[in-house]
Amino acid sequence: MTAMAQAGVALATQRYRRLLWRRAGLVIGLALLLGLSVLGDLASGASGMGLGRLLEGIFTPSMLSATDRVIIWNVRLPYSLMAVLVGAALALAGAEMQAILDNPLASPFTLGVSSSAALGASLAIAYPLGVAWIEPSVQITVMAFVFACLSVLLLQAMARLRGAGVESLVLFGIALVFSCNALVSLLQLLATEDVLQQLVFWTLGSLARADWQKLGILAVVLAVLLPFSLRAAPALTLLRLGEDRARSFGVDTRRLRLASLLRISLLSATAVAFVGTIGFIGLVGPHIARLLVGEDQRFLLPASALVGALLLSLSSIASKLILPGVIVPVGIVTALVGVPVFVVLVFRRGRKP
Amino acid sequence: MSLSIDTLSVAYGARSVIRDLSLPDLPAGSLVALIGPNGAGKSTLLRALAGLERMKGRVSLEGEDVSRLSFAERSRRLAYMPQQLPPGIALGVLESIVAALRVSGSEDLLGTAYEALRRLGIEHLAEYPLDSLSGGQRQLVALAQLLARNPRVLLLDEPTSALDLHYQLRVMDAVRERVLERRLLAVAVLHDINLAASHADWLVVLHQGQVVACGTPQEILEPGILARVYGVEARVERCSRNRLHVLVDRALAVD
Repeated sequence: MTAMAQAGVALATQRYRRLLWRRAGLVIGLALLLGLSVLGDLASGASGMGLGRLLEGIFTPSMLSATDRVIIWNVRLPYSLMAVLVGAALALAGAEMQAILDNPLASPFTLGVSSSAALGASLAIAYPLGVAWIEPSVQITVMAFVFACLSVLLLQAMARLRGAGVESLVLFGIALVFSCNALVSLLQLLATEDVLQQLVFWTLGSLARADWQKLGILAVVLAVLLPFSLRAAPALTLLRLGEDRARSFGVDTRRLRLASLLRISLLSATAVAFVGTIGFIGLVGPHIARLLVGEDQRFLLPASALVGALLLSLSSIASKLILPGVIVPVGIVTALVGVPVFVVLVFRRGRKP
Repeated sequence: MSLSIDTLSVAYGARSVIRDLSLPDLPAGSLVALIGPNGAGKSTLLRALAGLERMKGRVSLEGEDVSRLSFAERSRRLAYMPQQLPPGIALGVLESIVAALRVSGSEDLLGTAYEALRRLGIEHLAEYPLDSLSGGQRQLVALAQLLARNPRVLLLDEPTSALDLHYQLRVMDAVRERVLERRLLAVAVLHDINLAASHADWLVVLHQGQVVACGTPQEILEPGILARVYGVEARVERCSRNRLHVLVDRALAVD
């Protein structure tokens, strides 16, 4: 190699390293922002307890009155942390979905995974199994999970059909959303007053269902799956350059897809099963992350998770501030904010040749 | 080193695309162009060689049956380049090559990637986003991705389609140069017969999933074959630089 070529390599290496550092910096920046947002979320609420007293209460619980203890440990902390974990899970699932389905409109919500989970949960609420040793809440979660997995398998089968392009996949997802919603409506129509209330409440995504057990499960799911996601990241990056190209570079795309689908089902199903349908985080999170760090999935996946967590945490703050004294279900907030973003994405896509 | 194909068949469901196709040894250090009309099975043959289509028959590289190789090993030796890089991918040029190398487990990712760009004379594009490049530049990047992995056989699916004249020649020249230098074998689907005539050592004419003719451009290019395969009336003439040129006069009535 000539001296000039060597200098070229050195310069390119230096610039490339700087690019990687910049991306790592952005990811860390997102984590810091998320921290701030969580503090803001913790500090806002109907009881008017400020951040100072709240932090004091967390670190020295003995000083707390019983009411304050309930507010901190049963309301504020679980809500805020659930927002973080659910946001991260949905956006990570969305990012992987967009990669393996090669579709910018893919997300657990837009392609009907959330609606399917809602259908599963509604079935479990309306017609609980009379098995004493399985608690109703567990039944609901399991049914939501199973239905979410089924919908992902259906989507995968659709995506593999010869000639089924990007558009038909999205249309199929929309069809799935409508049919599941119709069936949920039917269940609501047939339900008694009591059950109806539960059904409606479930379909509105809300952080109010957060408790420490659910937090623990979701945290474990995320902690277990994230390393696998990151390990698959280089292959997923290559998949973005085209299925054939990835395969010809030695990527076993079938196995990659299957493993990724399994992660997507677990992530979105657990999240949806615990908090109901929370739309658009899984769609918008990855897109914002992509604008920040690009398509290299080693950065995109963690950045998506962080952006998703940040968005849902901010939505959680908004849900407490919109109507004083009322916590609006956070699913309503994300849908209101997400719809315009979704429309922009569709139009931007439409303009491309 | 040589590649040989013996009674290869590919079918999509009940529809047979390639039937019992055999080719004599394709020697290293040569560029083979697959030509033929649309639907002749050119791309399918290439994909079958790359291991992307299920096939029957035997493909051997240096006497070794490639179906016995592991998926990763096969892709390391026979590198396939699809027609186009997809649009809308937020990756940089150098980054996209590093990503390709990372999966195939090479060492010195950056050095190898940069060298691949330099060899094609596009190292100044290293930091550009893929989406900001012209079609021709993108195809050179795709070629750099391929060459960086140092394969034995290059399988190129219409590497010059949708490229302007300048980049058609640059891509084909780069392939030729590399083939000669490393004693590789390149098999390329080409639509432009004149480009095939000027750059390929061997032409393989496919029609309805079978080999109609196989040989040097001088042997293959004659009005009879062109009429039979493409349904055109054509002349084959030598220009002032003694190169073969196919001049197409009119489409023949198909009965």
